[in-house]
Amino acid sequence: MFGDFDFNFILFGIMPYVALTVFLVGSIARYERDPFTWKSASSQLLRRKQLIWGSILFHVGILTVFFGHLVGLFTPVWVLDALGIPYVLKQWMAVLIGGPAGIAALIGSTMLLHRRLVDPRIRVTSTLPDILIMVLIWLQLAIGLLTITQTLQHMDGVEMVRFMNWSQSVVTWNINAWVTVVDVHWLYKLHIFLGLIITMLFPFTRLVHIWSGFAAPFRYLLTRPGYQIVRSRRRRPLEARRRAFDKRQGKRDPSAPTAAE
Amino acid sequence: MRVRAQIGKVLNLDKCIGCHTCSVTCKNVWTTREGVEYAWFNNVETKPGTGYPTDWENQKRWNGGWTRGASGKLHPKQGAKWRILANIFANPSMPEIDDYYEPFDFDYDHLKSAPEMDHFPTARPRSKITGERMEKIEKGPNWEEILGGEFSKRSKDYNFEAVQKEIYGEYENTFMMYLPRLCEHCLNPTCTASCPSGAIYKREEDGIVLIDQEKCRGWRMCISGCPYKKVYYNWDTGKSEKCTFCYPRIESGQPTVCSETCVGRIRYLGVILYDADKIEAAASTERETDLYGAQLDVFLDPNDPEVIAAARRDGVPEDWIEAAKISPIWKMAMDWKVAFPLHPEYRTLPMVWYIPPLSPIQNAAEAGQIAMSDQMPDVRSLRIPVKYLANMLTAGDETPIVHALERMSAMRLYMRALTVDGVRDEGIAARVGLSGRMIEDMYKIMAIADYEDRFAIPTAHREQNEAGADIRGGCGFTDGNGCSSGETGKTSLFGGKKKPLALPQESF
Repeated sequence: MFGDFDFNFILFGIMPYVALTVFLVGSIARYERDPFTWKSASSQLLRRKQLIWGSILFHVGILTVFFGHLVGLFTPVWVLDALGIPYVLKQWMAVLIGGPAGIAALIGSTMLLHRRLVDPRIRVTSTLPDILIMVLIWLQLAIGLLTITQTLQHMDGVEMVRFMNWSQSVVTWNINAWVTVVDVHWLYKLHIFLGLIITMLFPFTRLVHIWSGFAAPFRYLLTRPGYQIVRSRRRRPLEARRRAFDKRQGKRDPSAPTAAE
Repeated sequence: MRVRAQIGKVLNLDKCIGCHTCSVTCKNVWTTREGVEYAWFNNVETKPGTGYPTDWENQKRWNGGWTRGASGKLHPKQGAKWRILANIFANPSMPEIDDYYEPFDFDYDHLKSAPEMDHFPTARPRSKITGERMEKIEKGPNWEEILGGEFSKRSKDYNFEAVQKEIYGEYENTFMMYLPRLCEHCLNPTCTASCPSGAIYKREEDGIVLIDQEKCRGWRMCISGCPYKKVYYNWDTGKSEKCTFCYPRIESGQPTVCSETCVGRIRYLGVILYDADKIEAAASTERETDLYGAQLDVFLDPNDPEVIAAARRDGVPEDWIEAAKISPIWKMAMDWKVAFPLHPEYRTLPMVWYIPPLSPIQNAAEAGQIAMSDQMPDVRSLRIPVKYLANMLTAGDETPIVHALERMSAMRLYMRALTVDGVRDEGIAARVGLSGRMIEDMYKIMAIADYEDRFAIPTAHREQNEAGADIRGGCGFTDGNGCSSGETGKTSLFGGKKKPLALPQESF
């Protein structure tokens, strides 16, 4: 069984499942067990310099890249065919949108990493996971950008479709999908390996704030009609208390004044 | 009408001696932890001055509080919801720690451990963040104490707006007052409104505004949202913290630590009933000078039978209604109209109010030239310009301030006549629209200020809210996360603990 052991099987066949399991179970465990540690861990208070530009470039860039990967890898190939989007066009879009976004994110993360390592205030208040994850993300961005050099050598989109098939097979429990991507350039492999490592580290670092970042607009804009929040520790809401009170007072009049709520 | 109760607060600036006992006891209780060394939930500023953090009243710079849009709707000055979300990566309106001050400590140990030297050993400062030597301390928690620093810097004080301030830089004309500040526990808090996570909330039962430490994600929008700059970012835990109004004490009927320990007996706590349905309209009042009056309209008279009936119906406990009737806050804010909200123009409807200070007559040295109006010293000729106080307490409207100062000065005249001449001079009282009895009541509460008169705090009704059996053996009050403080020293997979900052010891 171990005679034809293939690292590609570990990387493309096993590791995605391990990484996603750690990512999900770890996130839930942390949210449930230790919500106090769930935070963005901003260091803006201690040093504004280099953070404003660094953080905006990094976040805008990496969010673009993230959604690019999400849409690009997980859109079923038949959807592309149905819409009549040529693979070549899609690959060019990936290069032309992802490239600049990746460069922006790399510049931003370079500024942030430099600040984190060099500024004494930020350095001493950083934890090891803070620095580690920053370095890994910087490397991941650099490697991701380097893969463009390979991509430009085959702009027919065939390799891209293989990655699409592989990612979609992973989430559809097709365990043999790894064979489709065994012979890609090592830069891609390194990029995927590092990506899965970051996914596994996710619940144990400040990266958990990404969950909250995605949730915040929904919470803030959709589930909160106004601006203010009032918490009551009473067991019943005001209207129920009022009804109970009126009942106790023997009032049956439904037209009793009720304030707009 | 939707009746709610809040523990309100009044600070009588006329009696503040600037001893900082409030700040120190508050700090010892709440903010001696790492990450909030720089934070003072309560601090006392010398005015005129730029305050702490520097220039906090300049909302053009910090964008705190609310703005009334063209349609009459309010949105936080730092932006409506979508703009707040857009600034989540980097908050352009947030102060840096240097705007407060870099926390420091001194090498005290060196004073006793130094070897024999030619020179006397000194305790030099070190940063509490980095542990590095600080060659020069640029700022501290109370940097302008008793008019410290040059007038040109202090006169950037926002309250000098529309005041000819140059003459107050002259030695003969200078004036000062103390301004103790804490969270205002507003009726319309901008910190709450700015929080994308919904971690900040106002409590229905007592109006205290708190930050849920488990829901705070460190998006830092509350820090810029609060126009009083009374929300602080803990750089160690990555969460925001603020004055809790000592809620564990308030719930058990005790005054807050700052009020309890106030040497000058200037702090008052009591119940105010208010109509929650009126808040939005009051905060959206068009003219800034009308905001003070609009907030008075939000408060409900606890002696009005209709209000009492509505309060009972909305579940305000009976002892809270009784406490509202004897509330010193109600008396000072509503009956006597001597207390005012701090910067009502921020539209937050603050609930910590201030009695403006009387001050010596400007030209008292020139005997006989004291400006008198109607047999009373003209409060407009006091050393502290009325406009300055009005900018601070009534959005620039001088009339209510003059009115309050006249009443306070009439109280002195009346009591002087009573104690020196033995005469109850109803004429003095009538001139300021009061009766002798009211003035004597004012004197009892504002001047004598016995403990029972200053504090009328009903206990919380926990029996209505929680089942005692369920919380038996619980964790009680912790700073963090129920039983987990997030830094118990145990190895945790989540977050990891920074190594504790140990100041290096030096020997020469």
